[in-house]
Amino acid sequence: MMRYSALSLLGNAFSKNKNWKPAWRNPDPKPHYDVIIIGGGGHGLATAYYLSKVFGVRNVAVLEKGYLGSGNIGRNTTIIRSNYLLEGNNPFYEFSMKLWEGLEQDFNFNAMVSQRGVINLFHSDAQRDAYTRRGNAMRLHGVDAELLNRDQLREKLPFLDYENARFPIMGGLMQARGGTVRHDAVAWGFARGADRNSVDIIQNCEVTGIDRDGDQITGVQTTRGAIRCNKLAMAVAGSSSHVAKMVDMRLPIESHALQAFVSEGLKPFIDTVVTFGAGHFYVSQSDKGGLVFGGDIEGYNSYAQRGNLACVEHVAEAGMAMIPALSRVRILRSWGGIMDMSMDGSPIMDRTHLSNLYFNGGWCYGGFKATPASGYCFAHLLATDAPHETATAFRMDRFARGYLLDEKGVGAQANLH
Amino acid sequence: MSSLVKCPHCGLRPREEFTIRGEVAAPRPDAGADEAVWFDHVYLRDNPRGENREYWHHSGGCRRWLVLSRNTLTHETSDVVDASTLKAEGRA
Repeated sequence: MMRYSALSLLGNAFSKNKNWKPAWRNPDPKPHYDVIIIGGGGHGLATAYYLSKVFGVRNVAVLEKGYLGSGNIGRNTTIIRSNYLLEGNNPFYEFSMKLWEGLEQDFNFNAMVSQRGVINLFHSDAQRDAYTRRGNAMRLHGVDAELLNRDQLREKLPFLDYENARFPIMGGLMQARGGTVRHDAVAWGFARGADRNSVDIIQNCEVTGIDRDGDQITGVQTTRGAIRCNKLAMAVAGSSSHVAKMVDMRLPIESHALQAFVSEGLKPFIDTVVTFGAGHFYVSQSDKGGLVFGGDIEGYNSYAQRGNLACVEHVAEAGMAMIPALSRVRILRSWGGIMDMSMDGSPIMDRTHLSNLYFNGGWCYGGFKATPASGYCFAHLLATDAPHETATAFRMDRFARGYLLDEKGVGAQANLH
Repeated sequence: MSSLVKCPHCGLRPREEFTIRGEVAAPRPDAGADEAVWFDHVYLRDNPRGENREYWHHSGGCRRWLVLSRNTLTHETSDVVDASTLKAEGRA
């Protein structure tokens, strides 16, 4: 497999770009693997990458029902951040942020990691206090955070509606190290890296059944035949309940659709990620010039990878409340991904009631920024049977034991997280 | 499902008029029921791919609780009834 460099670019340019090789192989499934990962999304590919690279497990397959990038990894708003409050969350997301910072050098692929800053706006005294507390918690964990007042914000973001009658903008909490990453390139980079470590990435291969012998998984049935394995790992966020049902497992998870939108291309306008704390609206500008934005989930269970118009209107309204100038901007595209909304809004990464089945899911709509750490920690769990030190709070039994990781504080209501 | 919901009392109404409570679960367990029963009731969900029965509150209309039978793959609703009729039939 070729390494990308200035020299390879130059060499290929002089040979008229005829010698570029595919970034990963397209192998047929082997009859047996040490580890099978169901789900070739960001988390599944990252797991395969770190499993092969850091933990030396090479006989690995990733089974993807569609093509690479067809699921949530290609349907999100590309934001990365580690501005978390809770003890169980913060070190994990900061670990993820540190992996993002070295990711491109690590897997030799340009993922366009851009630390342009993430600003969460606040609109009331109570919200300011909550963000102050969050900022302090972040700094206590060694994460950067800065509270900006209204004047500082006006200088940075002059186009916001500061005089909004209902939600006047009073300031914002900024994490300067937050930003955006090109989501497709994350999938491609991890896929290429895993492939280079001899991981088989098998596309258009849907798992239709799971074979068991007592409490032991022996393999999977797929649309491309039966494949046996020593360990089976689920990383199918969006379809977690569906796949878990194959082994009679019920989960504290509901599936909900979340839409993302992109506008027509504009001249440079917003150079950070901004979130509207009053409603639920977040926006950044892509390097092509399109505004990339999103809002709330649809609110009802869905497995359809599309949203409904009611939510389009809702998101557009929230966007207009924050930036009135958006009223003249045309929305070009919208797309919907299916989220695993868990009962406390936090992910689940753990072993299961079956001895060699491992579960990774429940990312709600925060899965993208977690991609590298999720892969690393899940690989750690698969290789050592012990949770990584930053992922110990994501245990499956936390609901039954009363150790909920409820960052938003709204209780056991999946559609409110 | 379009963005319209057919309320049995008000007819076709926009989806924004409704508040969604989620899956129609088994009836609430006794206060003294086993911990595992309560855990199941509060946290676990069937979350089916296909037909799902769920509570919708017509909060911006007649304010009745409805039960929708809805396909989670296609968003099509096949049946909408007032929650009280289900209760009378002992189905919820």
